[in-house]
Amino acid sequence: MREKETTLYIGPQHPGITGNMMVKLKVTGDTIISSSTHVGYLHRAFEKLIEQRNWLQSFTILCRFCVPEPDPMELTYARAVEELEGREVPERAKYIRVMVMELARLQSFMLWYAGQSGSAGLYTLGQWSVGDRNYVLDLFEMLTGGRVYHMYIWPGGVRRDLPEGFKEKTLKTMDYLEKRLDQYNQMLFDNTIFQKRAQGVGVIPKDKAIEWGVVGAPLRGCGIKSDVRIDEPYEVYDKLDFIVPTAEGGDIWARALVRKEEIRQSISIIRQVLDKMPEGEYYNRVPNPMKWTIPAGQVYTRTESVRGEIGFYVASDGSDKPRRVHVKGAAYTHGVTVLDKVLKGQNIADVSFILNSLGVCPPEIER
Amino acid sequence: MSFFDLKGLLQPLTGIRQFGKKPHTIKLPDLLLNTADRYRGLHHNDLEACIGCGNCSTICQNEAIDMINLENIEHKDGDSGLRPRVDNGRCCWCALCVDVCPTGSLNLTKDYIFTSEDANDFLWIPGVDNPEGNNNLSFTSDTNTSLSMYQRVPMRELDGKERVKSFAEVVLGYSEEEARREAQRCISCGLCTNVCPDHMHIPEYINAIAKGNDADALKIIYDNNPFPEMCGKVCTRRCEEVCAIEVRGEAVAIRWLKRYATETAPTAEKIKEIVNPVIKESNGFKVGIIGAGPAGLTASYYLALRGFDVTIYEAQAHAGGMTMYGIPKYRFPLDSIDKQVDYMKSIGVKIKYNTKVGKDISFEDLYKNNDAIFAGIGFQNAWTLGIENEDIPGSIPAVDYLNIINRGDSYDVGKKVVVIGGGNVAIDGARVSKRYGADVTILYRRRVEDMPADWEEIEGAEDEDIHIATQTIPTRIIKGDDGKVKAIEYLKANMVADDKGGRPRPVAIEGSETILECDTVIGAIGQEADYSWLPESFKDKIEVKRGMMIVVNEFNQTGDHKVFAGGDAVNKTADAISAIADGYAAVIGIENYLVKK
Ligand SMILES: Cc1cc2nc3c(=O)[nH]c(=O)nc-3n(C[C@H](O)[C@H](O)[C@H](O)COP(=O)(O)OP(=O)(O)OC[C@H]3O[C@@H](n4cnc5c(N)ncnc54)[C@H](O)[C@@H]3O)c2cc1C
Ligand code: SF4
Ligand code: SF4
Repeated sequence: MREKETTLYIGPQHPGITGNMMVKLKVTGDTIISSSTHVGYLHRAFEKLIEQRNWLQSFTILCRFCVPEPDPMELTYARAVEELEGREVPERAKYIRVMVMELARLQSFMLWYAGQSGSAGLYTLGQWSVGDRNYVLDLFEMLTGGRVYHMYIWPGGVRRDLPEGFKEKTLKTMDYLEKRLDQYNQMLFDNTIFQKRAQGVGVIPKDKAIEWGVVGAPLRGCGIKSDVRIDEPYEVYDKLDFIVPTAEGGDIWARALVRKEEIRQSISIIRQVLDKMPEGEYYNRVPNPMKWTIPAGQVYTRTESVRGEIGFYVASDGSDKPRRVHVKGAAYTHGVTVLDKVLKGQNIADVSFILNSLGVCPPEIER
Repeated sequence: MSFFDLKGLLQPLTGIRQFGKKPHTIKLPDLLLNTADRYRGLHHNDLEACIGCGNCSTICQNEAIDMINLENIEHKDGDSGLRPRVDNGRCCWCALCVDVCPTGSLNLTKDYIFTSEDANDFLWIPGVDNPEGNNNLSFTSDTNTSLSMYQRVPMRELDGKERVKSFAEVVLGYSEEEARREAQRCISCGLCTNVCPDHMHIPEYINAIAKGNDADALKIIYDNNPFPEMCGKVCTRRCEEVCAIEVRGEAVAIRWLKRYATETAPTAEKIKEIVNPVIKESNGFKVGIIGAGPAGLTASYYLALRGFDVTIYEAQAHAGGMTMYGIPKYRFPLDSIDKQVDYMKSIGVKIKYNTKVGKDISFEDLYKNNDAIFAGIGFQNAWTLGIENEDIPGSIPAVDYLNIINRGDSYDVGKKVVVIGGGNVAIDGARVSKRYGADVTILYRRRVEDMPADWEEIEGAEDEDIHIATQTIPTRIIKGDDGKVKAIEYLKANMVADDKGGRPRPVAIEGSETILECDTVIGAIGQEADYSWLPESFKDKIEVKRGMMIVVNEFNQTGDHKVFAGGDAVNKTADAISAIADGYAAVIGIENYLVKK
């Protein structure tokens, strides 16, 4: 029997990932012939809104680009503004920032565990990791006053110093999570179902990865060692001891292996940072935000987010508001331009499984 | 890996181990999380501490805050009477409002649960709708974490030892960089504007300075003050007392910023070039002005701009009134007066010097030859101390003493000077005497904190080693054999609480007579107006009430509708900016009276 070509729509309601986006598939039987990504379901015009907010107000919007990892947005913006203005950041603040980045990575990885296993139909692990993620959010709440959106890293440093007992609580949480990771991995990596579904699926060819603009774990899963934290170290990453894991194969499995090791590296970085953090100021105060102007100029600042490199292009015309903040995130490339190439020849059931492994965050596409 | 990977099939079953564990989720009734000490929950506002500056509302990028009137909160100096209302449906709990609240009244609490079907229920007036939130404050601001800039850019001054050697200006002024930095501290709440007698556009010109638009700043300033460099140097600056930043820090240096802006125009020509005023065509009306003090000058300037033919009749040889003949030159130099007055002349103000109304020209003539009159006569006569030997050589009222010095003559104060009084005039008398090398003591009835003089003036006097003897009541001047002042006798006083709730009163201590030797006694306890120019026939209409004040309406119009009056002779505040405000109000009054009637 000859199978007819059919059109299928996955989404736009949360197509197995957080955020609205639609993947339009052309299939014959269960096999994807071609796909295209459709966005526009949650366009919030953040970049435009920022042009009407002053330099400080903007930082409360930026974090909303991507729910699972708001903090790298704050840091990238802060660093861009600091570079434009020539504002120094106290050493202690740099350590705190790195700690926040890695805590952000941790909580985001735990969402990834849930998404990646859930989209393979393995639901137990997701319950665990999302539950455990709350312990990281507890830390955020203690440090910043907020659980999901922190609005904590701002130009000049961070908003408040570590509260009393924070270090101890964090170390305890790290010990707990480290133990739990073994159990997670038994549930995921040792699981035949996961192995069979992940291996050889959603392959990004190594020789295309860079050309396609792939970043983060997907790039490292092609055996390419690239990470802004070591390629162009910022804050205090150059003073810390950590490895950037890679894996071969370019498939979902390889990307998962990379993340599996990265999460351990994050725990190690958090411990190092807490150990080495100097006393002192945590904030080089900006002037009255209502009258704070930034010298005219433009910068492009890169940060390694959980989903890979994000870059902010920030331009100032010398006024009290950014002239332009343009965000280049992983989601746009991975979710729009790369997805089509990766989906070709895969099965319908793999769509959200692949989307999860690529770290696609629709709100970030539509900033 | 074979298809039947036994390990891979069995391993996940280890998850069953978790069955016996305590769940992560918390069950009712413990569902309410005990939030962190820094939790960013619902707002709370300390309504007493809040001054309604609206900064919270300005920063909120969600437009979640509007400022509203509350029934039991009154508008008063330094408090707009408005309070923030938060739309919890819009709020994103960024707490920027907390971090910019200059008073620290606005904080977030640990409370986070609220449900309602009605969207309007989410509009909360923090502090009113949740008074109990006060016990649950979490994300708060102190002066370290606040984004308000509480510290003033210090003003550079001549050193105390150096400055008493001459009449050189003590205050050196802000550099461009310092002015920009200081101007950045302003949060544009406008509480100051309300309190300024002249309602100068303070936030607007400070904003212009902050942005580097000094010319704009000067233009804005000249909109309702034609003598601003004087104000920039010596204004009593009630505005700074109500500055929102002052609640937890040092007020924005409004006066010094105005000074900075005016000094960017070093000549009368430059002022004219920058201000570029529109001078209306002549409207054919003539206005006569008595007195070239701040009140008279202000009225003249704005009348001239509006097309009136204005002439000032001034008894003295120089314009400026008490700012010329009272205020010492180390505070307000002559060239600064001249620059400002020259500019006024350049736009059409005419001044006839050495022309005293009532002596050199009669009031009746003036009345006849003009369509309106404005009297800005000030307080020229000093109050007497009312003690023995007050009239002997060596005893002189401060205004007379300062007049002699300021007009360029000299007065021998001898080696030891005693000044009586606690206001700015007393301090001026003392600091001037110091510049003649005298050893100076100020006798004041109350405590230093009760002195009406500007705190910076008091500090200035202290820096110059002037001794302030507080709680002292002079009783008599002792005459020497040469008929001149030899010493002063005073009683010490205790401060006694006032039964009627007024400020504490000094009560002399019996038998505490103390004698202080001196060569000169300068009395500075107040001045009053001289009405010898006002003919009897006018007195039924132009009413002078007790305290020697002319009675006027809101446009500074007297009972004789053709005659307007303002300045010290009209208002109780007796400072230059009030005189300017009066002059400005009279312009509107005269215009209404003549042009729009
Ligand atoms: C020593 C001293 C220090 C002071 N320091 C400050 C200070 O730091 N800050 C501040 O804000 N204020 C200060 N003041 C007060 C301030 O100078 C006055 O409030 C202000 O000058 C009042 O302005 P005016 O126009 O009402 O009167 P004046 O300035 O007194 O001007 C009145 C003018 O009218 C003239 N005049 C009076 N009668 C006649 C007449 N019949 N014919 C013609 N001309 C006449 C007088 O010669 C005078 O020039 C000080 C006053 C004194 C005495
Ligand atoms: S910023 Fe503070 S003082 Fe000003 S209105 Fe808001 S709550 Fe009141
Ligand atoms: S917390 Fe932020 S969003 Fe909420 S009212 Fe305050 S400034 Fe506005």
